[in-house]
Amino acid sequence: MSAGEQALPLVPGVPLALRGPAPVRVVAGFGFWLFLLSDIIIFAALFATYSVLSGSTAGGPSAAELFDKRHVFMETLCLLASSVTCGFGLLALNRTDARALYFWMAITFVLGVCFLTMEGREFASMVAAGAGPSRSAFLSGFFALVGTHGLHVSLGLVWLAVMLLQVVTLGFRPMVSRRFFCFALFWHALDIVWVGVFTIVYLGAK
Amino acid sequence: MMLASCREGVLDPQGPVGQAERVILGDATAIMLAVVIPVIVLALVFAWWFRAGNRRATYRPEWDYSGRIELIIWAIPALVILFLGGIAWISSHELDPPKPLESAKSALEVEVVSLDWRWLFVYPHEHIATVNYLVVPTGVPVHFRLTSTSVMNSFFIPQLGSQIYTMPGMTTQLNLQADKPGIYEGLSAQFSGPGFSDMRFTLRAESGEGFAAWLAQVRAESGVLNEPVLAQLVRPTRAAGELTYGSVPQDPFEMVAGGHVATLWSPKEAL
Amino acid sequence: MFGRLSWSAIPFDQPIVMGTCATVGVVLLVIFALVTIKGWWPYLWREWITSVDHKRIGAMYMILGLVMLVRGFSDALMMRSQQALAAGHAAGYLPPEHYDQVFSAHGTIMIFFVAMPFVIGLMNFALPLQLGVRDVAFPVLNSVSFWLTAAGVLLVNLSLFVGEFARTGWLAYPPLSELAYSPGVGVDYYLWSLQLSGLGTLLSGINLTTTILKLRAPGMGYKRMPVFCWTALASNLLIVAAFPVLTATFAMLLLDRYCGFHFFTNDLGGNPMMYVNLIWIWGHPEVYILILPAFGVFSEVVATFSGKPLFGYRSMVLATMAICVLSFMVWLHHFFTMGAGADVNAFFGIMTMIIAVPTGVKVFNWLFTLYGGRVRFTVPIYWTLGFIVTFVIGGMTGVLMAIPPADFVLHNSLFLIAHFHNVAIGGVVFGVMAGMTYWFPKAFGFKLNERLGKAVFWCWFIGFYLAFMPLYALGLMGATRRMQHYPNTHWQPLMLVALAGAVVILLGIALTVVQIVVSIRQRHANRDRTGDPWNARTLEWSIPSPPPAWNFTRLPYVERADAYWHMKEEGVSGRAAPASLVDLHIPRNTPVGVFLAFFAVIAGFALIWRIDWLAVVGLVGAVVVVLREYWKTERERTVPAEEVAAFERAHGALPEVGHDDREVRVTSGVQS
Repeated sequence: MSAGEQALPLVPGVPLALRGPAPVRVVAGFGFWLFLLSDIIIFAALFATYSVLSGSTAGGPSAAELFDKRHVFMETLCLLASSVTCGFGLLALNRTDARALYFWMAITFVLGVCFLTMEGREFASMVAAGAGPSRSAFLSGFFALVGTHGLHVSLGLVWLAVMLLQVVTLGFRPMVSRRFFCFALFWHALDIVWVGVFTIVYLGAK
Repeated sequence: MMLASCREGVLDPQGPVGQAERVILGDATAIMLAVVIPVIVLALVFAWWFRAGNRRATYRPEWDYSGRIELIIWAIPALVILFLGGIAWISSHELDPPKPLESAKSALEVEVVSLDWRWLFVYPHEHIATVNYLVVPTGVPVHFRLTSTSVMNSFFIPQLGSQIYTMPGMTTQLNLQADKPGIYEGLSAQFSGPGFSDMRFTLRAESGEGFAAWLAQVRAESGVLNEPVLAQLVRPTRAAGELTYGSVPQDPFEMVAGGHVATLWSPKEAL
Repeated sequence: MFGRLSWSAIPFDQPIVMGTCATVGVVLLVIFALVTIKGWWPYLWREWITSVDHKRIGAMYMILGLVMLVRGFSDALMMRSQQALAAGHAAGYLPPEHYDQVFSAHGTIMIFFVAMPFVIGLMNFALPLQLGVRDVAFPVLNSVSFWLTAAGVLLVNLSLFVGEFARTGWLAYPPLSELAYSPGVGVDYYLWSLQLSGLGTLLSGINLTTTILKLRAPGMGYKRMPVFCWTALASNLLIVAAFPVLTATFAMLLLDRYCGFHFFTNDLGGNPMMYVNLIWIWGHPEVYILILPAFGVFSEVVATFSGKPLFGYRSMVLATMAICVLSFMVWLHHFFTMGAGADVNAFFGIMTMIIAVPTGVKVFNWLFTLYGGRVRFTVPIYWTLGFIVTFVIGGMTGVLMAIPPADFVLHNSLFLIAHFHNVAIGGVVFGVMAGMTYWFPKAFGFKLNERLGKAVFWCWFIGFYLAFMPLYALGLMGATRRMQHYPNTHWQPLMLVALAGAVVILLGIALTVVQIVVSIRQRHANRDRTGDPWNARTLEWSIPSPPPAWNFTRLPYVERADAYWHMKEEGVSGRAAPASLVDLHIPRNTPVGVFLAFFAVIAGFALIWRIDWLAVVGLVGAVVVVLREYWKTERERTVPAEEVAAFERAHGALPEVGHDDREVRVTSGVQS
């Protein structure tokens, strides 16, 4: 690929914009950032819809009646902790320390599963209590927004498993490192979205 | 072709709202033509004069910037837009659909329900209702409140001016006035399904006495718009004619606007 | 077992559809037989279907757009003829059940499956060449994007033969598009095919934005980039920012229809106005996504064929980026009549007008590029002049409707239809045609027939005015859009003129096909032997036509804007002496795109017809295909230096003399 190939050597003082095609790692990372931005815009649309519909309870249960802030606090701890462990895992990756990588990423995985289990239980109990997504527009907005975040977390866990398998089968080659780096970006971005979720949805519950 | 369009529709308004809007259309078009026509002419003139075969034209292969020209280039559109923006701000407020018209006379209240696929008009103070036509007195502002039973439509009488959407479970408002007696065509301007093209109605503007006479005649009609009749009215129907109801014991508008009269289409009706 | 699918899904009772089905079936069979008999499958598979080369992918996008233009235009002819017939008490020949599908399909196909592929195809082809690099940032993703778009095309076309299409208009407003009022599969076909192609488009946006910002030849700073690259950047940024909104909105409508959610339903708190807002938050940037690259093409064409640099480069860039940002702040002008109130309406009206300022600036800059030039009246210049004349009229009617009270009497009328076709045809179509003609010799090594090109132009130009000026008048007369019939018989003559215009455009489309065929037959006479048939200014013209897979044997060093023009002036060659050549590494072909699209179509079809097990098959297949690609380690292939050298020698490369090949003189080799 043309990325990385340059007609001139890297001369200090030459602005980045003039140095020719950027290295593969920069290109991949930048592209992934753009993807993350586009993903966040999907969430933005869901947040906007949730905000508009949050009062439309159609005589059914409202946010304040349904949400348990302590439960959300525990979910938040799990997710934030998993970001920390993911960070340690990435440091291990940069050191090509396979054992540490597996260790930290396993904990990340488990924390992610804890988050999803708690969220799944919350959803199931709401549905059982007649507060499922088809009960009202407010609940549709809630399940879509929080559910989409949960879907991203689930896909993230699948990706994490795939990446660990890639390290096992392909080793620490640049392609694998680049992808793991993108995974970490994804995982942290999900944290940021979650901060938005618990602020607007749970703390903002009326 | 353009002359033909002057004798009907938007360019032949018969009320103050439509007249104000036609003035805006004319003024804005004239202002913009003052820029558009020279641009078109210049494009053709420049291309022709500077054609490769014309050795009389001066070739300036390095000329690609002029501060003065840049200033003018940005200024002309900016000034036009500044002016039109002012028109937009002022006219949006003056012609805001819910804004009552200035008049010595008090407004006639008409409630509009867009059905599938016809129009129900209820006169809440006169306790009468009509389908697919309405009669109003000339020179009197009419205050409309509008809603829909099922999907979005748009209430539009081109010769009187502004249209407004009708939406289920919501109420929109519109103010129009017919200055001269006549029959004005109305339609729905928002696609609403298989019967959409049939959603035409007429507005008859009559003098004060004519309107009163019509009211008296309608009240003598035996039709009653009660709940069972309403339930029939809201069922999907195409190309049905005009109906009149001399007695409306319970105003259906609030029921529809509150979302209590749901209209669902069977798969056959949706076809 | 087969969900809602049954034999009754095939419209045996509709002769037009069955006739179309038979014709398409025969044509596909003939093509399939021809390819098989001639043994072209290996070539097609290797060189096109699995290609990750941006030039091939760009060409495939153009072919896709041309094919779908035929379908979208057939819908247009049906609409025009129905409206020409159904005056007074006449019912025409298309009952509402069909007519409503025809206009919904027309809009959907023209925007998503004609205009977008054309524009993305042009950008795909030209950007790496103009930027002086070997390919886009993510070549495999590029292939995936194309094939996902093709998957959407396939689903939309399947809806004609199996089931039905949406009857809601091209944006499918609820409540009409909700299950209660559209219980059939039509809206589902619409939603799933657009979700697939929308994903492809989003990935393209990410790909091309990254390419422009991170992959440029050495020395090519932002101010040395061709203006087409700037407009492409703005367009792709808009794709990245706007398409996710479309995805989310359609997902919500799908949740309503499939899982009983209540985002936009009439009951239990749903809010259809939210859909209208969301869809236009995507919808308005979408039209700028389409028009900005067209503006870029015109900038390139005007400069090249005037023999002058583009006037006011910095102004053009500023105007482009201003349009990019402002396009997100005007969406409400699509529904002034929904009743948002005077302050909100006025704000959006004024913002809409503000966007006309940078657009006007661009027009003036093009005029002053012509001024002082030596204008060659080639086919691209015809399209450009036709564009300037036509587009400013469309822009004027747009600014007119940006005044809310003016819109109150023109909203959803045929005046509106005339306006957006005015800017879409006069802007996007004319720009695509100009770009196609301009870059065709680069792509295929020979020019298109000039006389036929001019004939095509005149057909489109005359046809457009005949077809749409009557619609401006009709809109003022009170005619609304999407009428299956109308009572006013005195409107019929105008409708007939509009039909005549459509027929003239049909002639133009037919002549385009003829032009391509004739040009292929005349290719030896019209061969581009120098790579620079137009005496142009940008880097793509510094390499042979068609370029090799690796584009530039040696990445050029760029010192100023209009890099190639100055290379020619200074006698610097864009080519490399064979002695300095090394092995090159370019991306390997891969079938992941076409395989992914295959399973995407299966999954989409299954979801539409509620065939659960088949949807799982599609999903699992897609995952397997992706994972297989994910594990590939051999992602590049080597082009040995000897092959590169052989190519260079075959295309009039330089002799071995001269240690510094930058000193070697070369003429510009103009073919006029």
